Amino acid sequence: MTAMTSSGTATVTLPTDEQILITREFDAPKHLVYKAWTTPELVKRWWSGDRGEVTIAEIDLRVGGTWRYVMVASGDLEVGFHGEYREIVPNERIVSTEVFEGIPGVPGGEALNTLTFTEVDGRTILEILVEHTDKETRDMVIETGMEAGMQESMDHLEQVAVSLG
Amino acid sequence: MARAATTADAFNAVAEPRRREILDVLAGGERPVNDLVRLLGLTQPQVSKHLRVLREVGAVDVRDEGRRRLYRLNGHALKPIHDWVKTYERSWSERFDRLDVVLAELKEKEQGDDGDDE
Repeated sequence: MTAMTSSGTATVTLPTDEQILITREFDAPKHLVYKAWTTPELVKRWWSGDRGEVTIAEIDLRVGGTWRYVMVASGDLEVGFHGEYREIVPNERIVSTEVFEGIPGVPGGEALNTLTFTEVDGRTILEILVEHTDKETRDMVIETGMEAGMQESMDHLEQVAVSLG
Repeated sequence: MARAATTADAFNAVAEPRRREILDVLAGGERPVNDLVRLLGLTQPQVSKHLRVLREVGAVDVRDEGRRRLYRLNGHALKPIHDWVKTYERSWSERFDRLDVVLAELKEKEQGDDGDDE
């Protein structure tokens, strides 16, 4: 078996009607993954992925404390999420709510996110369980995601078209 | 949103790990039920139950050839789901790729600090 590199794809499954589970392994011990996840200046460096820039990352890491991330995506679209911490076990587990602040016309239900950090031989398996209140809300998120994905593809296509022209 | 239920139901059907395995096998070509039973190590009733769910959402098609029933993927029905999973996985993978960079730095820093302590 060849050695695994740290870079891998996230695995997405739907364990039940209300849930989405994202799993990814990292080449770092869990206290560092936890640190990168809970330190505002570090979150700012990765949370937006390739989609924009994180302009706000506020984390009040205590039960009952709140978090809020805002990203400016391409086309100056501001996308915000916020929530409240429900359970915190340092380096092990974080349970928090997540509300999509939305773009006009797209309602956002509150999800409950459970992060679990499991360390094996210095590597960390991170599981993010996203639970919606009902199947309809989850499906709406999926539908919205499909539309967003299509929009992104169209934007990309447009860029290619412009570069050719 | 009229399409939502259909697409999401198909998504549920496909998200079940065993059904994903069936789809993986069928991605390699048309197969009778017996092949699936053998390849997946499931019982025939289990495979038949999964195939029924997949057929209901249009993810697989079936045709009779003599006494055999042959199952095949319906790529057209699966495309929206495939697109969603890919988009969702990609957006998380992009985040995680950046997180990898942050983690590599944290690791290096920590190892450096350990060295100082020794």
